[in-house]
Amino acid sequence: MDTQSLTGGFADAPVAAAHAFRAAMEAMARPGTIVTLAGAAPPAPLSVAAGALILTLCDPETPVWLAPSHDVAAVRDWIAFHTGAPLVAPAQAMFAIGDWTGLSPVTRFAIGTPEYPDRSATLIVDMPTLEPVGARLTGPGIRDAAALSLPEVQAFRDNAALFPLGLDFYFTCGDRAAAVPRTTRVS
Amino acid sequence: MYVAVKGGERAIDNAHAWLAEERRGDVAVPEMSVAQIREQLALAVNRVMAEGSLYDPDLAALAIKQARGDLIEAIFLIRAYRTTLPRFGASRPLDTASMACDRRVSATFKDAPGGQVLGPTFDYTHRLLDFKLMADGDTPNAPQGAARHEATPHITQFLNAEGLIQQEPASDATPRDLTRQPMQLPADRALRLQALARADEGFLLSLAYSTQRGFGRTHAFVGELRIGAVTVEMDIPELGFAIDLGEVTLTECETVNQFTGSKTEPPQFTRGYGLVLGQTERKAISMSLVDRALRWAELGEDNIGAPAQDEEFVLMHCDNIQATGFLEHIKLPHYVDFQSELELIRKLRAAVTAGQEAAE
Amino acid sequence: MNDQHYNFAYLDEQTKRMIRRAILKGLAIPGYQVPFASREMPMPYGWGTGGVQVTAACLTPDDRLKVIDQGADDTTNAVSIRKFFQRTAGVAVTTATPEASVIQTRHRIPEVALTEGQILVYQVPIPEPLRFLEPRETETRRMHALEDYGLMHVKLYEDIARHGAIATSYAYPVKVEGRYVMDPSPIPKFDNPKLAGCAAIQLFGAGREQRIYALPPYTKAVSLDFDDFPFEPTKAAGACAICGSDTSYLDEVIVDDAGGRMFVCSDTDYCASRAEGQP
Repeated sequence: MDTQSLTGGFADAPVAAAHAFRAAMEAMARPGTIVTLAGAAPPAPLSVAAGALILTLCDPETPVWLAPSHDVAAVRDWIAFHTGAPLVAPAQAMFAIGDWTGLSPVTRFAIGTPEYPDRSATLIVDMPTLEPVGARLTGPGIRDAAALSLPEVQAFRDNAALFPLGLDFYFTCGDRAAAVPRTTRVS
Repeated sequence: MYVAVKGGERAIDNAHAWLAEERRGDVAVPEMSVAQIREQLALAVNRVMAEGSLYDPDLAALAIKQARGDLIEAIFLIRAYRTTLPRFGASRPLDTASMACDRRVSATFKDAPGGQVLGPTFDYTHRLLDFKLMADGDTPNAPQGAARHEATPHITQFLNAEGLIQQEPASDATPRDLTRQPMQLPADRALRLQALARADEGFLLSLAYSTQRGFGRTHAFVGELRIGAVTVEMDIPELGFAIDLGEVTLTECETVNQFTGSKTEPPQFTRGYGLVLGQTERKAISMSLVDRALRWAELGEDNIGAPAQDEEFVLMHCDNIQATGFLEHIKLPHYVDFQSELELIRKLRAAVTAGQEAAE
Repeated sequence: MNDQHYNFAYLDEQTKRMIRRAILKGLAIPGYQVPFASREMPMPYGWGTGGVQVTAACLTPDDRLKVIDQGADDTTNAVSIRKFFQRTAGVAVTTATPEASVIQTRHRIPEVALTEGQILVYQVPIPEPLRFLEPRETETRRMHALEDYGLMHVKLYEDIARHGAIATSYAYPVKVEGRYVMDPSPIPKFDNPKLAGCAAIQLFGAGREQRIYALPPYTKAVSLDFDDFPFEPTKAAGACAICGSDTSYLDEVIVDDAGGRMFVCSDTDYCASRAEGQP
């Protein structure tokens, strides 16, 4: 572990995590809304926003899977040092982190059970761009319709069809993030 | 004109000030120290430690003082404090076979290695008020015997040797932690025992008693009851060995239960298990009876619908902090829901009255 | 000023992360009760420990917190919870609904429509809408999984057969996004229409029962009813003796030994702001 993995955490963890969570909650509650998620300085290729989500949500109780794009020593060490989250196989992961290509096919992740639909993975997808254009989003949290530059449409249609089971997604780019939960209808 | 009721904040401050005064009582009487409570009300301290799930006699004594002797309130103080403590790690499993026993009795064998040791028990005291204690009396010194240095074997191991008692499956799996994960039903035995170990003594006592009277009867003998100190050890990965953290006093009870066999199990003895922090004998015996009653499914016994056999009923209602909070919350304002009930009752009555008048 | 002996907003960071994860899953599955490892709080179960844990997990130092019980800011338990967060999180507080960024409530939804950027946190005693029809968690969990809500419809239908009306006046169940039947906490059914299409995030915390659930903004929440017995939000017929409102939810106050009574707004901030505006 080099010294880089020891840095880049939240400066004042309780307060920085509180701000990051509020942004993350706004994003999940209002699908397609792009929020700012700052305060983390993770190693490449993790985006600032993905780093902030990891610091806010991951700990020894949350198994993590890293897609090949992100499965590098610097990222592994940084997550281990700052969160203590164990790295596991895709099917066991509560959080899966990577680029869209590396995370696909997303059918390998846990979608919950009929009794416990919450026991499903949350995917953190680092994106080359993130803009409020492209796929049309409707559903809970969206008054009329929203738009988001999703990597594709079909995977999200398939995921929404699993409701109340399914995956929930964060999309991150630089210090910006948006979310698409399983309830969002994508077209 | 009517003015809305105000003054909640002042009322609370005044109530707390009065409470503090009442706690102290008559200032002409010397104040009790925490050390006095710890030493002289030790069984109350033990109960607070057991149900508070925190082994710290000084804090338990402080909680009893602050709670004016209301033990459930004291347990609540300890629980609320405990939950804020950082966790440095988990100890190794405690080895109760190596307990330095202050008390050890068996109802199943007249004698066994380690012997029958009554210890400091109320059992054969005549329950006559000792008026000498009204004055400040010196206590006579108890006679001393030679300490036993070798380990005291568990009684059930002698039954084990003959294959007469059911073997418990050994497991190194880490059990779920009741205080860090939500209760999940059905629960396994490890989770049930955790819940029972911190459960309300009175609730467990009554449930255990109900099994003795036939509501899920398992005919328990106290195979062994032992009370004493056990060493707590913790592995330190950086050092590569375990270190002693200190000693805790525990009460352990194993019951031996008659069992004539079922579809899945041969005739053999079975057991119930109780392990509680501190000297808490009534609780440990109760726990072992309730544990045994809850094992009906695993042993292929009939569920007769007895309360003590009902895992969800027992586990969801055994915690006195949950129970007392929810019970007492009904004294909080419910103006709003009560108002909606008033309106509903008036409306339903009006409908009935209108119907009667129309009929007349 | 926050109390330096405790972490910001009292809870340790690992506990907050666990609660935050549950809140996010709750928002992703509206109306579904997410189990969470509720902690023992320094106030009794049944007195808002679920709401307090949810609020603690949401608060930032920039928030302005409002706490109400029965619609009022000055009820003793509301005072106590507000003080707790002033002490442990150092947050600003307010009684003005429009100025609050986080509102913790017991038994009411404020009269004034909530806005984007606000969070309403409900204290929930029994989160399971089916609990009084089926006491076993193992059974009700199965019913939710199978979307088997026949028992609830039978109960409502029996009410009508017996009383000519649905005999539930508070904690009136709603169906969320056509899937989960949800307990809106013991709010009067008068408040039910405000659950749906709300611009604010609504979070529900049940501490003793270890459940968190949520309604994202603009979520459908339909009060259960029948075509020939439609849901009716009701309140006392009358007007507030202080501000004159005849559209707000009213508390009944007994004013003399002869049982004379009058009505006043349950939402004290709404009432005070209306009364101030009058000559």
